[in-house]
Amino acid sequence: MSDKPNDGGVPLPVVPAGATGGAPAEFPPASPAGRGMFGNHGSGDVSGYGGLVRQRQPIEETPRPYGGYFDEVRDALEEAYPHFGDAIEKVVVDRGELTLHVRPERIAEVCQVMRDDLALRFELCSSVSGVDYLGADERRLHVIYQLTSMTYRRRVRLEAAVSAEAPHLPSVTAVYPTADWQEREAYDMFGIVFDGHPNLTRILMPDDWEGHPQRKDYPLGGVAVEYKGAEIPPPDRRRSYQ
Amino acid sequence: MTTSNYATERETTEGRVFTVTGGDWDTIVSGTDPINDERIVVNMGPQHPSTHGVLRLILELEGETVREARSVVGYLHTGIEKNLEYRNWVQGSTFVTRMDYLAPIFNETAYALAVEKLLGITDDITERATTIRVLMMELNRISSHLVWLATTGMELGAISIMLYGFREREYILDIFETITGLRMNHAYVRPGGVAQDVPDAAIVKIREFLKMMPKKLKEYEDLLSGQPIWTERTKNVAVLDVTGCLALGVTGPVLRSAGLAWDLRKTMPYCGYETYEFDVPTHPDGDVWGRYLVRLAEIRESMKLVEQALDRLKPGPVMVADRKIAWPAQLAIGVDGMGNSLEHVAKIMGQSMESLIHHFKLVTEGFRVPPGQVYVGIESPRGELGVHAVSDGGTRPYRVHYREPSFVNLQALPAMAEGGLIADVIAGGASLDPVMGGCDR
Repeated sequence: MSDKPNDGGVPLPVVPAGATGGAPAEFPPASPAGRGMFGNHGSGDVSGYGGLVRQRQPIEETPRPYGGYFDEVRDALEEAYPHFGDAIEKVVVDRGELTLHVRPERIAEVCQVMRDDLALRFELCSSVSGVDYLGADERRLHVIYQLTSMTYRRRVRLEAAVSAEAPHLPSVTAVYPTADWQEREAYDMFGIVFDGHPNLTRILMPDDWEGHPQRKDYPLGGVAVEYKGAEIPPPDRRRSYQ
Repeated sequence: MTTSNYATERETTEGRVFTVTGGDWDTIVSGTDPINDERIVVNMGPQHPSTHGVLRLILELEGETVREARSVVGYLHTGIEKNLEYRNWVQGSTFVTRMDYLAPIFNETAYALAVEKLLGITDDITERATTIRVLMMELNRISSHLVWLATTGMELGAISIMLYGFREREYILDIFETITGLRMNHAYVRPGGVAQDVPDAAIVKIREFLKMMPKKLKEYEDLLSGQPIWTERTKNVAVLDVTGCLALGVTGPVLRSAGLAWDLRKTMPYCGYETYEFDVPTHPDGDVWGRYLVRLAEIRESMKLVEQALDRLKPGPVMVADRKIAWPAQLAIGVDGMGNSLEHVAKIMGQSMESLIHHFKLVTEGFRVPPGQVYVGIESPRGELGVHAVSDGGTRPYRVHYREPSFVNLQALPAMAEGGLIADVIAGGASLDPVMGGCDR
């Protein structure tokens, strides 16, 4: 840590050889590497905790029957949408919520069917947002669509994954105009490009901002703060549990 | 990424330097001919007393008629969602409470419900904790609607209603202060329950408030409802029908004022709302007048809910029994604000080493949340407040996204304003009740 450039000008304590500061900034949260529990390595720790590795469990398809209305939703979509087998990568039911993993190219078509089919009727697109699964997924940027059926009082989540190198997928603004600003936010924060969006510009950050702040490899930033004579480093440079 | 729209930049030994010369204004007005064209472009905000917060509106006018309206948001963006990823799950409550600062209890409750769903302890939340949450949310809904009434009144020229609205809201903030120690930004609703029990003094205050409020509501109605200026400024103004609302994702009182009784407390109940007796007020017209009536009626419904919640408040724990999640300390209000109670500090420092270790681990490290993702939606004073929370199995949120009703609803402003008068932009914008702290997060 001591050889790292230190933005805040904080005098950092000298760290024993082989050990690290344990600050989250040194270990991006999505790093799949085993890094122990306290962020220290090679310090002669014999407790074994320094060697703990967190396993990332791959998301697995849920076998049928799913229970609740989830089977009906899947059947209705399968019936109404001829490319179901091609478009839906996975169906996951977890914690009482249904997630359909959709091929990104197909997302607008799937939304159209979800909205218009009489047995589905997801009239409201509650939310569009992104999640960055850096290090856990080849296609690390996931776009999450929360659809709500007011007729049947149901919720469904659609998830489409794109890579950071080609972060393109069709915009759903033609189906759900409410996705306009929310797609702009996902573009602003994650750099996901929604093709066909009428005005895909930054919305929360200034127009000339560089980078996409919600990506996991984008640092939190911040400056050290003096409190009662001691310098407190910014949150991502503080030592903490992993 | 630099184009002519942006401030010019040059590299110096000190780093990059920007020369700000008035931003994009020239580009915006260059398309119009000021002599032969009747259209003018007016920039309203971001610092304007009538835009209901730091909201910037770019209006293209033809005489007094708005031809095009575009809203610019982001001036209050504080990166709360990013910051959450660097704090543990419990610390998250102190961040989310600062988003929509007029409805902090809703932000906290939505967050707590999402974390509890991730932990799988939704059914373990004690009855008293849930009842307190309902009580606090409904009081908060009243205070939020009062601020709406106050600021909207002011923006449309009714100054006295502003004073009255803020006066009664102050009463609720007093109640909140008695319960949580703070007027705003409470961090009171935490994953697992609430931070501390409701003191008896607060119950007395709430009862007093319930007794006083109907008279005040009558006063507001006497002031506004029959007032010709108020009705002129609100009736048939900024109309948005159900189709428009659904397409643009508008929920809450605005949707209900268009005639659709969609209220998540009824349609997708949480926190036991299905067991309470209350109505969902609607109005057929979808104009500012309807939104005013719906919000006033909602204050009355919320008072019914507060009364029922008070009657249900039976003694019991306000945190889950699981010691791996519940903070060990009983919080108490001391001379310098809320903190650990002195008895607890004396115990862990003097008598029980294990308690000290447990306290230390839970506070510094926090609890782990099994990997997965959930979405929880609740009915905030502005519409559907949704939390999408993702855990990777660690002690910190991997990602938390807020579906903020202010943000989503503001998209409807051009649909309401275009073709109307410029004065109605103010009425329409105010009737959406956007809170920019929530919108920009």
